[in-house]
Amino acid sequence: MMNSWLVNRFGLRIEKQIRVSPWISLLIPFTSIVLALLVGAIFLSLTGNDPWKVYGVMFKGAFGSVFGLSESVVNAIPLLMTGLAVALAFRMLLWNIGAEGQFYMGAFAASWVALSFPHAPTYLVMPGMLLAGFAGGALWGLLPAIPRALLGVNETLTTLMLNYVAILWVDSLVYGPWRDPQGYNFPLTAQFSSAAILPTLGNTRIHAGVFLALAAAVIVHIILKHTVWGYEIRVIGESQKAAKYAGINVVKNILLVMLLSGGLSGLAGYCEVAGITHRLQESISPGYGYTAIIVAWLGKLNPWAIIVVSFLFGGFLVGGYTMQSAGLPAATVSILQGAILFFVLAGEILTRYRICVVERRNDR
Amino acid sequence: MSEVLVDMRSITKRFPGITANYEVNFQVYRGEIHALLGENGAGKSTLMSILSGFYRPDGGEIRIRGEKVNLRSPREALEHGIGMVHQHFRLVEPFSVAENIVLGTTGRLQFYLNRKEFADRIVRFAQNYGITIDPWAKVWQLSVGEKQRIEILKLLYRGADVLILDEPTAVLTPQNVRELFQTLRQMADNGRSIILITHKLQEVMEVADRITVLREGRNVGTVFKKDVDERELTRMMVERDVLFSTTNRSHDIGPTVLRLEGINVVGDRGIPALKNLSLEVHAGEILGIAGIAGNGQRELAEAITGLRPVAGGRIIVGGQDLTNQPAYRFIEAGVSSVPEDRLGTGLVPNLDLYDNVILKDYRKPPIRRGPFLNHRVAGEKASRLVSKFNIQVSDLSYPVRMLSGGNLQRLLLAREISLQPKLFVASYPVRGLDIGATEAVYRLLIELSNAGTAILLMSEDLDELLTLSDRIAVLFRGEIMGVVSAGDAEIEELGLMMVGGLVTGGSRA
Repeated sequence: MMNSWLVNRFGLRIEKQIRVSPWISLLIPFTSIVLALLVGAIFLSLTGNDPWKVYGVMFKGAFGSVFGLSESVVNAIPLLMTGLAVALAFRMLLWNIGAEGQFYMGAFAASWVALSFPHAPTYLVMPGMLLAGFAGGALWGLLPAIPRALLGVNETLTTLMLNYVAILWVDSLVYGPWRDPQGYNFPLTAQFSSAAILPTLGNTRIHAGVFLALAAAVIVHIILKHTVWGYEIRVIGESQKAAKYAGINVVKNILLVMLLSGGLSGLAGYCEVAGITHRLQESISPGYGYTAIIVAWLGKLNPWAIIVVSFLFGGFLVGGYTMQSAGLPAATVSILQGAILFFVLAGEILTRYRICVVERRNDR
Repeated sequence: MSEVLVDMRSITKRFPGITANYEVNFQVYRGEIHALLGENGAGKSTLMSILSGFYRPDGGEIRIRGEKVNLRSPREALEHGIGMVHQHFRLVEPFSVAENIVLGTTGRLQFYLNRKEFADRIVRFAQNYGITIDPWAKVWQLSVGEKQRIEILKLLYRGADVLILDEPTAVLTPQNVRELFQTLRQMADNGRSIILITHKLQEVMEVADRITVLREGRNVGTVFKKDVDERELTRMMVERDVLFSTTNRSHDIGPTVLRLEGINVVGDRGIPALKNLSLEVHAGEILGIAGIAGNGQRELAEAITGLRPVAGGRIIVGGQDLTNQPAYRFIEAGVSSVPEDRLGTGLVPNLDLYDNVILKDYRKPPIRRGPFLNHRVAGEKASRLVSKFNIQVSDLSYPVRMLSGGNLQRLLLAREISLQPKLFVASYPVRGLDIGATEAVYRLLIELSNAGTAILLMSEDLDELLTLSDRIAVLFRGEIMGVVSAGDAEIEELGLMMVGGLVTGGSRA
């Protein structure tokens, strides 16, 4: 009775915002994270944990020690590169969900160079791996771009499907022909020669890939903001009709952007094998290419913001591992990530619309 | 006169950098057709968006039937009997007419129980207003005029007795316009009030009872139609007498700039849109293309700007064969164009003015510097065009979709003219513009022609073509029915050719 009175008397209404104030667009991602943590807290208490304690463990694990911080950076490197990759494609309204597969193909191609030339000196094998990693990801990104550019085949599906192909391809190698005979039957290749391994910072696992990732952010920013090519990308992303009218070759740009986007993800894969695992193995990525989508959106496709967000999410992953060692499933972190994306997307609507409670009139 | 239904007092509305309405008073009586007249950007749409609940005023108050109201949404406005028919219809295309009318009203459940009964009720309801409808027809099958009638019925059915129509005739044929006006008059006679947003003087004179003129966001005056004439209204709108004078036209016709040799072009639906069409346009000449929309104008404009491939024939611009070359080659050859779809094709809505002014010449130095854009040069170009072409804009870094229609067109023309084109293709360049902006566009076209540019002007308005063109070609079903010199063309003769009648003496191109 009371309830129906409320429903009849008050209603919710969504109104379009005329102009989005700049501070709201900063507030929304922040609020999204806070709300997601709140939802996570409810979930944690329902499963019989003390949310404050768990978050404390997570935070300390990720940011509370030099080791934690360095591990957060280590995880941020692939997130930053794949995040930039998908952001670049999103800018042109290309839904590249395939960063994960492009990451694997980059890792595979770089490993192929390292394993094929075990005696090559650093100055040959390093650039070789870098190029191969880029090319592997780039070609994997180009593959779905061709039907998209020429026939309009939806790239969301094709890029996603190719992820499974890439992951299974790497699996088939490490379980099959590339398996290390001395590896006690583990699905791993032999370790790379020391010439093929990226140098690290002090005692940490932070490898030289961090510079590559930061350079990538700068380059993506320069491309989008200051180059003729980036201008074309922005015009196409806003209006394909206007782009054609301006004589911009849309087909060529779809191919090029997917090539670069895939290449960046491929580089991330290269960094991971050359900097962290030092060999190709099963599940080299805990889903970096998917988390990258959240990172790119949370960073509003802005390279500088993506740097910050990927560090945050790197910490999230590390916090997850710490929680795991404290006896909680790592899936908890996935739940939190999902909640954050959910709130970010909901927040997107709030930046463009406002919801108000209105009193219903009964006079008509 | 009779009862005041709507009373808007001292309405003020500000947007960033612009005051759209300032202390506007506006009253509507029961049973009248009230025209709201003004140039683009005069604040007509803003004022009506406030009345229909889309915007909230920053100052002033609204009284409806004497009661002070606070309209916070279109739904609340409708609850007070105010409904707006937008230029873009809000109908669900796959649904039937009856379903569209009932959608969103209460008692939906009942409808599904009594579909038949409900459909009959709607038909009877429509008949009260002299409108015949087929309640089971799907909306996508209807013509634009019919859709508009359904929109109006929808509002009437929801109990609207103040109907706001935003430029309702822009999408209609002359025949449909007459029917619409009859319907509106009948509704007014039944005690509803109609507010007509428009800038077409002759329609105002034809149908309105009273007229309110807005200029720069202020109410310049509310008058009875019987007390004014078109000249007086024009003066109120622009505060000066408008003269479409083309006396300063130089008629130095130069060499051929564009030559079409028997081109065949296929339209979007795979049907031939242009058949073996040949034309020539010379330097310093304005060639008008007359014809009812949909007879191949769009395909012609797209073909000669390189946006649509030709299936046969040749396109020669300034001696170069550009047949089936990519669009940028046409741009490089000096072809500029004002497309039909200004915001979305001609301009990129979400990019700012800086990015929009370089859309055609970003490939060339000085705007290009190696692989980079020279933002400084682009910025200078933007400021130069804004001041030279008198584009009213509060901030160059705002997305251009914030500009009013007249300013958008000025910006588009400014950019295209700044390229110093050899050939200029203008598709309906004054459609939707008010008198002031129209005059500015005409002046720019004439200056451009005097400077030696060949201009191809597409228009539905024969008076406009006769005033501006040197020659007029009539397009009908993808073919040129004849080309006549504007000096000796008769409107009747052109009109006959537009519907497919061949005229003896009209020379074929």
